Amino acid sequence: MSAVETARASVGDGRAPELPVIAIDGLTKTFRLPRHRVSTLKERALHPLRRTVYDELRILQDVSFTVGRGEFFGIVGRNGSGKSTLLKCLAGIYRADAGSIRVAERLVPFIELGVGFNPDLTARDNVLINAVMMGLSPREARNRFDAIVDFAELREFLDLKLKNYSSGMQVRLAFSTMVHTDADVLLIDEVLAVGDAAFQQKCFDVFHDLRDRGRTVVLVTHDMTVVERFCHRAILLDEGRIALVGDPIDVGQRYLQRNFEAPGPLPEPENGDEPGPEPPRVRADIVDVWVQDAVGRRVEAVVHGEELEVHCLYESHEAIDRARLDVWIDSAEDARVFGASTMDWAEPPRAIGVGERLHVRVRLRNPFVDGRWHVGCSLLAGSAGQDIVALDNRAASFVSYGARDVYGLARVEHQLSYDRRPAEGPG
Amino acid sequence: MSARAADEAPRLREMHGPSAFAGGWQRFVHLTWTIALTDFRLTYFGSVLGYLWSLVRPFLTFAVLLVVFTQIFNAGKGVPHFAPMLLLGVVLFLFFAEATNSAVSAVVNRESLVRKMQFPRLVIPLSVVLTAALNLAVNLVPVAIFVLASGVEVRATWLLAPIVVLALVAFASGVAMILSSLYVRFRDVAPIWAVVSQVLFYGSAVIYTIDQVPGDWKRLVLANPVASLIQLSRTWVVDPAQGTPAQIMGGAAWGLVPLAVGIAVLALGLWVFNHEAPRIAERL
Ligand SMILES: Nc1ncnc2c1ncn2[C@@H]1O[C@H](COP(=O)(O)OP(=O)(O)OP(=O)(O)O)[C@@H](O)[C@H]1O
Ligand SMILES: [Mg+2]
Repeated sequence: MSAVETARASVGDGRAPELPVIAIDGLTKTFRLPRHRVSTLKERALHPLRRTVYDELRILQDVSFTVGRGEFFGIVGRNGSGKSTLLKCLAGIYRADAGSIRVAERLVPFIELGVGFNPDLTARDNVLINAVMMGLSPREARNRFDAIVDFAELREFLDLKLKNYSSGMQVRLAFSTMVHTDADVLLIDEVLAVGDAAFQQKCFDVFHDLRDRGRTVVLVTHDMTVVERFCHRAILLDEGRIALVGDPIDVGQRYLQRNFEAPGPLPEPENGDEPGPEPPRVRADIVDVWVQDAVGRRVEAVVHGEELEVHCLYESHEAIDRARLDVWIDSAEDARVFGASTMDWAEPPRAIGVGERLHVRVRLRNPFVDGRWHVGCSLLAGSAGQDIVALDNRAASFVSYGARDVYGLARVEHQLSYDRRPAEGPG
Repeated sequence: MSARAADEAPRLREMHGPSAFAGGWQRFVHLTWTIALTDFRLTYFGSVLGYLWSLVRPFLTFAVLLVVFTQIFNAGKGVPHFAPMLLLGVVLFLFFAEATNSAVSAVVNRESLVRKMQFPRLVIPLSVVLTAALNLAVNLVPVAIFVLASGVEVRATWLLAPIVVLALVAFASGVAMILSSLYVRFRDVAPIWAVVSQVLFYGSAVIYTIDQVPGDWKRLVLANPVASLIQLSRTWVVDPAQGTPAQIMGGAAWGLVPLAVGIAVLALGLWVFNHEAPRIAERL
């Protein structure tokens, strides 16, 4: 069994590893922010007795987890949830207020790539300096120089000043330097987004390789595809506490759920304050429109591929005999990707009486790509459906997430095939 | 529980967060040297006349002062070897001023490094002082030539000159530690120190010799380690008749005063910096 498989096997179910290289126990970190910042000696001297009042900001609270050797460990969470702070405590940049951080191996001293790069120096100098910062001696740095440069594939640009490098090239150089130092545990705070696709792939190939050699990676990222594809385990931080530890797929999905639980205010429909045409006589109310999941809970977010139901509830104020019911789902850019209608029913819905309530349901498997989707519905009358009884283009909305490898706005059942014909001879 | 944790993880060691020293001596030395050398090269080798530029400041200052004090005021007239003594004083003092003034904002200027890299925090003030020391070393070559050219004899006491330089570097390091950690909290340290170093310039017997200072004031002036070290250098390198600070102040016991002041400042610097180091990154 290779090391990767061992690692996967030992952590496959998201259990803590038997032999941790990092053990964090009850980590708590509080920032004390002075309410009136005394930032000059003069003020200090003028008010020597004034006690500074501090606001305590508890950023990390009782965080405990372990990382095993060779593990690829993800840390996710919303902005400001304390991920970088956690990484800084781990790296020894911030001091923890309580709890213990124990480490078995050498940690890379950086939490970001390219820290310490000087734009005014050439790439050559920067690599040598950075390697020393990473903990190599100047002699070792010179010995490994060629390997670093070859890995980064930047030999032609060695004498270029770093400020003339593209940001992706800088990341390559920094990544390459980091990989070639002796650290066993790499700490990475969102860095991979800068490189181009090929380089990102290369980074991940290297990560796999490092893992095979027993190195460990702790990665902070907002990219759930990365978490799900590469991490053995992950934690979800929520306001400084661990909300979930374990299986990266679960963590990724929970993260996305958290993100969309409290959606921002929807854009108000236009013509809000315009004195438009006479409001039409209300003939039916759209009482409620909502989305629910397979077990019947109302939801704001739906996983791609899962079942969802759209419900619309109308209350009619007059009798409608040839009703037509429509429900549709639009993308955020108003592309109508899905629609369901009674238009082509052989037998149209029965007539609706005054004061009667009508409950319309559409059930489908969520085919949509990630993003916000708007539900619209209408109740029409008349033989050609030209008589609008009730209509709302954006009656409800939900977020779809977890779609991978979907080409287009939605996944449509299909078959793709091809056949070949021999080339036709010239002339 | 604890027993289980112990055999689960026999090799785990506790991390104690950032500090002034932690992180291994080798890395400490390599880092300090590398950062200092890089800064040195960036300042002086970026331009074509790099090396010459590094000489311009001390020598121009020296030339102006020499003209002022020998041609306009009579301070230097009649003092044997006034020119080489003035030059020594200017070069040594400018080292001290450069080291301490650039140390003030050193930690703050390296914010990204401090916030994103784990390393012994003391590296920063020390590397700034080391950069200034490299600069001083470069300046000392033409100084030696000038001193020889102005007719000073080579003496055995020249061998003691490195002591002066090392002591001055140590004292500057102590001051640098205090200033760089204070500046993180109090931003008016910069203008205050600019003024203080101006005062020190006039009070450290740079532009005059110690025997031009009246009576008991000599002791006060020489209690300042910078003045004492300049005095020592003049005695050892240029003119033994100048006398060491101890001789001038009246006995070996008095000579301990500047030494004690220097050691106290260095100790205070270490204490302050060590005290601030764990939280420097988050206070920036
Ligand atoms: N040095 C500091 N002093 C005071 N507050 C701080 C300090 N560093 C971080 N914080 C606060 O701690 C909280 C968490 O910050 P942190 O950088 O860890 O978030 P994060 O999870 O990395 O977010 P992001 O996803 O945006 O990178 C924020 O509210 C931030 O304002
Ligand atoms: Mg962050």
